[in-house]
Amino acid sequence: MTTEVKLDSLPEVQETKPGLVAVAMSGGVDSSTVAAVLQQQGVPVVGLTMQLWNQRRLPELQGDGPAQHRCCSLDDVYDAKRVAQHLNFPHYVVNFEEQFEKRVVRPFVEQYLSGRTPIACTNCNTDVKFEPLLRMARQIGAERLATGHYARIRKNESTGRYELLRARDVSKDQSYFLWGLTQEQLSRSDFPLGELTKQGVRDLARHVQLPVAEKPESMELCFVPNGNYVQFIHAYSRSEGISLNEQEGDIVTEQGSVIGRHTGLHNYTIGQRKGLGFAAGKPIYVLAIDTEKNRIVVGEDDALRATTLEIESVNWVSVVEPVFPICGQAKIRHKHEPAPATIEVLPGNRARIIFETPQRAITPGQAAIFYDGDTVVAGGWIR
Amino acid sequence: MQRIYLDHNATTPVDPAVLAAMLPYLSGEFGNASSIHTFGQRARAAVETAREQVAALVNARPQEIIFTSGGTESDNHAIFGVIHSASSRASLHLITTTIEHEAVLNTCQELEKQGVTVTYLPVDPNGLVSTEDLRRALRPETVLITVMHANNELGTVQPLPEIGLIAAEADVYFHSDAVQSAGKLPLDVQTLQVDLLSLSGHKICAPKGIGALFIRSRTPLRQFFYGGHHQRGFRPGTENVAGIVGLGKAAELARLSLEQDATRMARLRDTLEQGLLARVPDSSVNAALAPRTPNTCNMTFPGIEGEALVIALDLRGLACSTGAACSSGAVEPSHVLTAIGLSTAEARASIRFSLGRHTTEAEISAVLEIVPAAVAQLRRLSPTYQK
Repeated sequence: MTTEVKLDSLPEVQETKPGLVAVAMSGGVDSSTVAAVLQQQGVPVVGLTMQLWNQRRLPELQGDGPAQHRCCSLDDVYDAKRVAQHLNFPHYVVNFEEQFEKRVVRPFVEQYLSGRTPIACTNCNTDVKFEPLLRMARQIGAERLATGHYARIRKNESTGRYELLRARDVSKDQSYFLWGLTQEQLSRSDFPLGELTKQGVRDLARHVQLPVAEKPESMELCFVPNGNYVQFIHAYSRSEGISLNEQEGDIVTEQGSVIGRHTGLHNYTIGQRKGLGFAAGKPIYVLAIDTEKNRIVVGEDDALRATTLEIESVNWVSVVEPVFPICGQAKIRHKHEPAPATIEVLPGNRARIIFETPQRAITPGQAAIFYDGDTVVAGGWIR
Repeated sequence: MQRIYLDHNATTPVDPAVLAAMLPYLSGEFGNASSIHTFGQRARAAVETAREQVAALVNARPQEIIFTSGGTESDNHAIFGVIHSASSRASLHLITTTIEHEAVLNTCQELEKQGVTVTYLPVDPNGLVSTEDLRRALRPETVLITVMHANNELGTVQPLPEIGLIAAEADVYFHSDAVQSAGKLPLDVQTLQVDLLSLSGHKICAPKGIGALFIRSRTPLRQFFYGGHHQRGFRPGTENVAGIVGLGKAAELARLSLEQDATRMARLRDTLEQGLLARVPDSSVNAALAPRTPNTCNMTFPGIEGEALVIALDLRGLACSTGAACSSGAVEPSHVLTAIGLSTAEARASIRFSLGRHTTEAEISAVLEIVPAAVAQLRRLSPTYQK
């Protein structure tokens, strides 16, 4: 050592508390309650709030009203801080704007522009919350990361694997957004709300007098301030110099006959009925978005239904990749009721899901999750 | 938990002597310094004593000192004041640097929107501006040069006397933000040849919300606030008597203990720096070769995120900082570190320790245990650091 320092009255070198758990805090009632629940169990906690998106980035999307209940609004950050203060544990704001844009916002826009209907929340979980945030939690001395997700994690002692399960309160279940988690990530994560109902969470929040106990839930995609995706995609593409194909094109039937014009592919999603710009005798829906030919294929409800789909980037969450097909239930969007199906492995990290009965509007870009009862068997992106 | 505070460039604790001097003015001595009666006269006397104390710190005359709400107001007042006193704004030019504090940078950007042309001088890897660059940047329509004395992140001290000379020769007004050098370096407005100098109370052990601006006599400065006739009309508003008294006392303490404080802080800072260089592999000191304030140490520890290190250290009882905090408290990449040539990743892997008058040797010894352990922990989990 090159330095000689006197060691008189040396302040004790502090170590972080053993068993320290980081809580990902959005400033909402769910994640705030997580902190309260853990604290009541005697677990030492540190709160981390991610700064993900700067709302000033696209000023044209700002309404005239105050920026309330939006992702990363200062109000939410302050709410998280107030909760930490109320419960008396350390809290920090961490900047993940760059990762969020690179791994969530940009892919979302690019997918949308390529005719798919992406889900940003899954990427945010897999690539931001349970990746750099979990890493940072561990770097600062926390052993685990707890979040306000409604889902459950269980260790299967016979297989040694961590299993992801649906929330006890199925109406709040968020396992649909968590299928990308690896065994390593699951082993270090806690979802303390998985056994609770939303009402139970509110009651707990009120009981410990959390300042956010009565805060309304945010339902919209967090970085789209007004819920208008199309407007966001326009604004973001313009600011990033991403070329937008605003070219009009044909609306065709499955047989290829032209029955109308569309206003630019990114204005449409599969299953959409309204806003097609013409009235037909029977209800007509968007069946497919054909980026190659710049056209929208439409048809009747029957044509929207299919029994088979393929997923890619498959993650076998709770089980080892199976050799034989498995029977269970599959879910093809957040609000879809899981329906009986089988899943079989395909080469190239893909899988095929075959439903017993046809399902409506299987949409490329969304995720399909395969369950065995409450257990998430696998998930992947619909091709 | 016993906490160690090494973030004195962000703010300093109020010195007990400063607090003691202020207390009467927060209770019994409540007079308005503009009132005719005895209450007012006693407050006035206290304000004028403080003005003398601040003037003495920078070797100015008391009537050249006005009290403000802090460094940001002083910077705004000086820069807008000079520009707005010029007859026409359209063709004006001002010169500053890329590493100024936001109080100067954002003021310059606002002036650009108003039609003023601004030159942002680059700095070398040690954070120093070149007087050659400055000479070349001068134009006939240049009205103001504003260059900070010491940088808040690096501690780099700019060659103000040379810059002042160039400004004087070119007959251009010269402002300097001396918020980070007061109390750490000798400040003499005659030697530095400045026309305007910004000071902040809370960086020199006075409270927050009080600052001062030196305005050399006959510097035409458009007033910034409009109101009563307080402070010769330069800065209307009932004086913050207690704050002003605190700033005065702090200025006096800074002047009297400057040499002793500077020597002591430099020795402890060097111990810290050498110790960390020896104990943390691959570490480096930023702006190491520049003249620096004696209390500032900015280091890069490749493979870590400074943001995570600051949090990890805070959880272990050590307060230090990285970059500049935005309103939410999240960290943004430092414009100063990128200006001296660090990559974004290197800037992110950098951290600042800033010592104070009351920092002890024992604290530095503790820091030399805490930091290497925390950096090692971060690096173990770093996706980019390989050893």
